[in-house]
Amino acid sequence: MKVVGQGMTRVDAWGKVTGEAKYSADLEPRDILHGKVVHSTIANGLVKGFDLEEAKKVPGVVKIITCFDVPEWQFPTAGHPWSAELHHRDICDRRLLNQRVRLYGDDIAAVIAETEVAAAQAARLVRAEYEEYEPAVTVEAAMKEGAVPLHPDIRKDNVIAHSHMTMVRPDFTFEQGLEEARSRYGEEELLVLEETYDTPRISHCHLELPVSWAYVDTNGKVTVTSSTQIPHIVRRCVAQALGLPTGRVRIIKPYIGGGFGNKQDVLYEPLNAFLSMAVGGRPVRLEISREETIYGTRTRHAIEGRTRAVVTRDGRVLARKLEAYANNGAYASHGHAICANCGNVFKGLYQDELGTEVDCYTVYTSSPTAGAMRAYGIPQSVWITECQADDIAAALGMDPLEFRKKNGVKDGYRDPANGITFHSYGLDQCLERGRQAIGWDRKRKAYAGQTGPVRRGVGMAMFMYKTGVYPISLETASARMVLNQDGSLQLCMGATEIGQGADTVFTQMAAETTGIRADRIYIVSTQDTDTTPFDTGAYGSRQTYVSGMACKACGEKLRRRILEYAAYMLNHEGKDLSKTVYKDLVNQAAAQVREALGLSGEEEIREEMLDLADSRILAGKGGRELLDLAVVAEVAFYSRDRSRHITAEVTHQCRSNTFASGCCFVDVEVDMPLGLVTVKEIINVHDSGTLINPETALGQVHGGMSMGLGFGLSEELLVDEKTGRVLNDNLLDYKIPTAMDVPDLKAEFVILEDPTGPYGNKALGEPPAIPVAPAIRNAILHATGVHMNRAPMTAQRLIEKFREQNLI
Amino acid sequence: MFDISSFYEAKSVGDAIGALVRDPQAQIISGGTDVLIRVREGKDAGRSLVSIHNLKELKGVELLDNGDIRIGAGTAFTHITNDPLIQRLVPMLGEAVDTVGGPQIRNMGTIGGNICNGATSADSASTLWTLEADLVLEGPDGEHRIPVEKFYTGPGRTVRDRCQVCKYVVIHRDAYEGWYGHYMKYGKRKAMEIATLGCAVRVKLSEDRTRIRDVRLAYGVAGPTPLRCRDAEEILKECRADDQEAAAAFGKMALTQVNPRTSWRASREFRMQLIEELAKRALAAALEKALADTGEPTGDRNPATGGESNA
Repeated sequence: MKVVGQGMTRVDAWGKVTGEAKYSADLEPRDILHGKVVHSTIANGLVKGFDLEEAKKVPGVVKIITCFDVPEWQFPTAGHPWSAELHHRDICDRRLLNQRVRLYGDDIAAVIAETEVAAAQAARLVRAEYEEYEPAVTVEAAMKEGAVPLHPDIRKDNVIAHSHMTMVRPDFTFEQGLEEARSRYGEEELLVLEETYDTPRISHCHLELPVSWAYVDTNGKVTVTSSTQIPHIVRRCVAQALGLPTGRVRIIKPYIGGGFGNKQDVLYEPLNAFLSMAVGGRPVRLEISREETIYGTRTRHAIEGRTRAVVTRDGRVLARKLEAYANNGAYASHGHAICANCGNVFKGLYQDELGTEVDCYTVYTSSPTAGAMRAYGIPQSVWITECQADDIAAALGMDPLEFRKKNGVKDGYRDPANGITFHSYGLDQCLERGRQAIGWDRKRKAYAGQTGPVRRGVGMAMFMYKTGVYPISLETASARMVLNQDGSLQLCMGATEIGQGADTVFTQMAAETTGIRADRIYIVSTQDTDTTPFDTGAYGSRQTYVSGMACKACGEKLRRRILEYAAYMLNHEGKDLSKTVYKDLVNQAAAQVREALGLSGEEEIREEMLDLADSRILAGKGGRELLDLAVVAEVAFYSRDRSRHITAEVTHQCRSNTFASGCCFVDVEVDMPLGLVTVKEIINVHDSGTLINPETALGQVHGGMSMGLGFGLSEELLVDEKTGRVLNDNLLDYKIPTAMDVPDLKAEFVILEDPTGPYGNKALGEPPAIPVAPAIRNAILHATGVHMNRAPMTAQRLIEKFREQNLI
Repeated sequence: MFDISSFYEAKSVGDAIGALVRDPQAQIISGGTDVLIRVREGKDAGRSLVSIHNLKELKGVELLDNGDIRIGAGTAFTHITNDPLIQRLVPMLGEAVDTVGGPQIRNMGTIGGNICNGATSADSASTLWTLEADLVLEGPDGEHRIPVEKFYTGPGRTVRDRCQVCKYVVIHRDAYEGWYGHYMKYGKRKAMEIATLGCAVRVKLSEDRTRIRDVRLAYGVAGPTPLRCRDAEEILKECRADDQEAAAAFGKMALTQVNPRTSWRASREFRMQLIEELAKRALAAALEKALADTGEPTGDRNPATGGESNA
């Protein structure tokens, strides 16, 4: 491959660095109105009525809409493909504005005003009267006997779903495994562990806030320009929310400033569209503040993992059990998909001899809604799985890396429940590379038996991650290619650029497959559902794989059409082209190709005899140059005998999936009296198949690792258990690491071509965020002997533990 | 867009006082890094603002004839950190204000605003307490000089009247000459942070540089206002500079003079741990600076910068 695999400069680098690139808010028209959402000041209850008198008096207020003014039907918001099967559909559990309040800050009304300030002033003056119920902020409270169900129309209690999974045998239970282990090996040969591991709610912290603006076009189209990862899904959900046919809705997605899964959900686009319709279709802008984004959009699920394990004294895992409880907050959003995903990786990452038992619960609570976030439940899963692995190794006195090599997932693993398989497997090589890079063997010895207040430790964690969502959900993607008169190309993908570099890698793929030079390919970055072919969008580390397949198939089709036309030109040089300025050029080319391929004057030049490389038509693969593509393109456009607009469009349904994998190795220093963890060295090693662009791949890994550091050490959305109010809904109190907090991040790749990937590639976008937190946790364990079972491992939590164990 | 009813650009301190007297709804804005946050949150929305942001008379650092240092209240943190006088004579203060927020905030935020905001977490406050600095306020009834220790009355509250403008921070010659100090800000991350705890220690050595002649210890966030720990200071006086037992007792004694609270940001127990540990570490760092300085003991010269100006 010539273009794929090269570190091409991002196609959007110039525009983004200079600030010329346009984002949603940069595109709004003049005289736009401003919307402001009014949020509930209770976490659980019912709106009885409003006093709008004071709010209406604010100069500039145009209209106030309340929960009593919106349609009664409910709609889903998850960024999933819709399903034609009823029981596979997302849960429809929210209205545009909710009378039934289910979280502190629920959307109960909205103000439309001429200025942002007037909208905010009026929103502050809206008075709501409530009937209040006791908030159930935690899973425990929401599941206890007699807890008020938040959605009695959908579920009789607050459990959205419970799924039971097993490995080895469908009816396997951990208790049976324990009995079998005892009878097979004897009690004294066994070690049984029981531990609970907790992960925090996390905020995505994308830089660009959710911002959209909507108007009704002259043709009646309800048009929303929005910062979203999933324009085509937003279109369907807006239509569902407004009760409109899908074709009446148009979504435009320009450049976006990050999403990380929060914008893989339909956030305020339906309400924004409704507000515009409420004022006769005038443009209305709805920008959600950072505070509203943190408490009122989506979060990463806090998952509690209650685990058990039975292992032999010589380090073989016989059986494990996980009971996972995911706090889903007030609305279903992605529903059970995330917690179930968490269970899948727990059961697969180690190969238990007798069996594995997993129970996953997803629970409604009166707190911020959890939804998709980078790696979709797997950072939580790997926290649980890899904390448990190190705790087992520690209890056995075994090297944690050896423990993993002995029990970890092996080449060829196939998830028996869904068939997802390691079609390429580089995990063992990743572990070896990490081991070398961090100096594992030397440091495990050197750091043993330390005393004193400041200690060093090394730790690691590994993971596996599927590529896209097949066969759990539909995987489909589209691409369109349109040749210009000068031989350049518009590439139009349904897949979205969300800052991850999608536009660049699709440009490389298109160049690779068509033979058109990358600098002559113009990718259309904006998706407009009226003109962009269908794709479900950016999530699940799917686009380079699934949309890459569409791009490849489309490129092959376009290339055939170009070569077919080139062959036509070469066969008809004396007739149809005799009056054109290209007569001599084409005559010469025809003679050359006949000579090169040994064809007589009568024999037809067929398209398969030609090649297209570097934007030139060649006489066979690697053969001599015949014509510049620009000549073929111009003739095709303007031929008076055979005018063709050379285009191609492909929708490709993907029916494969492959596991990516990798690991993180970390060396920390722990200053116990201050509870300070300093990451001295950290490296991620990834098995993600072929890298389409090694430079952007590295960027993805660095970004993911910094998210992992936040998850492990500082980030945690705090919700007051009494009131349900989010305590730290701003970027001062929500501790995302700053540039000063992030150490030098190292990354390596084990590059093994995956046979199912369009270019040998598999998932990379999300995986880097997965293994970092448990690797740090395990390094702290090595340094201090302290088991930190709850993330983030804040200084206060560390100091509590160090005091408990008399280390300080 | 900020929700403010009016914005008056004062031409002088007197003009600002006049504007504040005329409009009972008005409040002062200087760097705006605290005021505008409250306006945005709606707490101070709709207020009128009197800006002292561009008053030259409130900016800069000056060495007065009597050797005192006078810092204009409107001097930005970045300026203080880079000021040659500060770097030569009280580098600790320049280092302390360099821990505020991030570069943009330090370019806008001022030392006067930091103090007048009344927050126990202000990064300049504990250092100013160890310097026994004075604040000069001017109001409709004239000028007042108030020791920083008497300035705070509670969380977010000070003795400053709404119509008073803080003009200067004054550091007396005997508070810096021969002293060395170190401020430790403990936060949950390394930037864009408000202190979980701030600890300032200053030391003065004996002539032969073996004993601690005098020491000062002050904290931010160890109570509702910044505070001083005089009993802890007493323990160290005339102790040898390398007396580890005395240093440990210093940290322990500090615990008896503080009153941190438990909040969702940090527990009392966690803060108590930091109070003891940071006292010892800030003391060690201050002593290290004192002992490393082989030049004339005229200021708490920072060995890292050699006391040279980088302005």
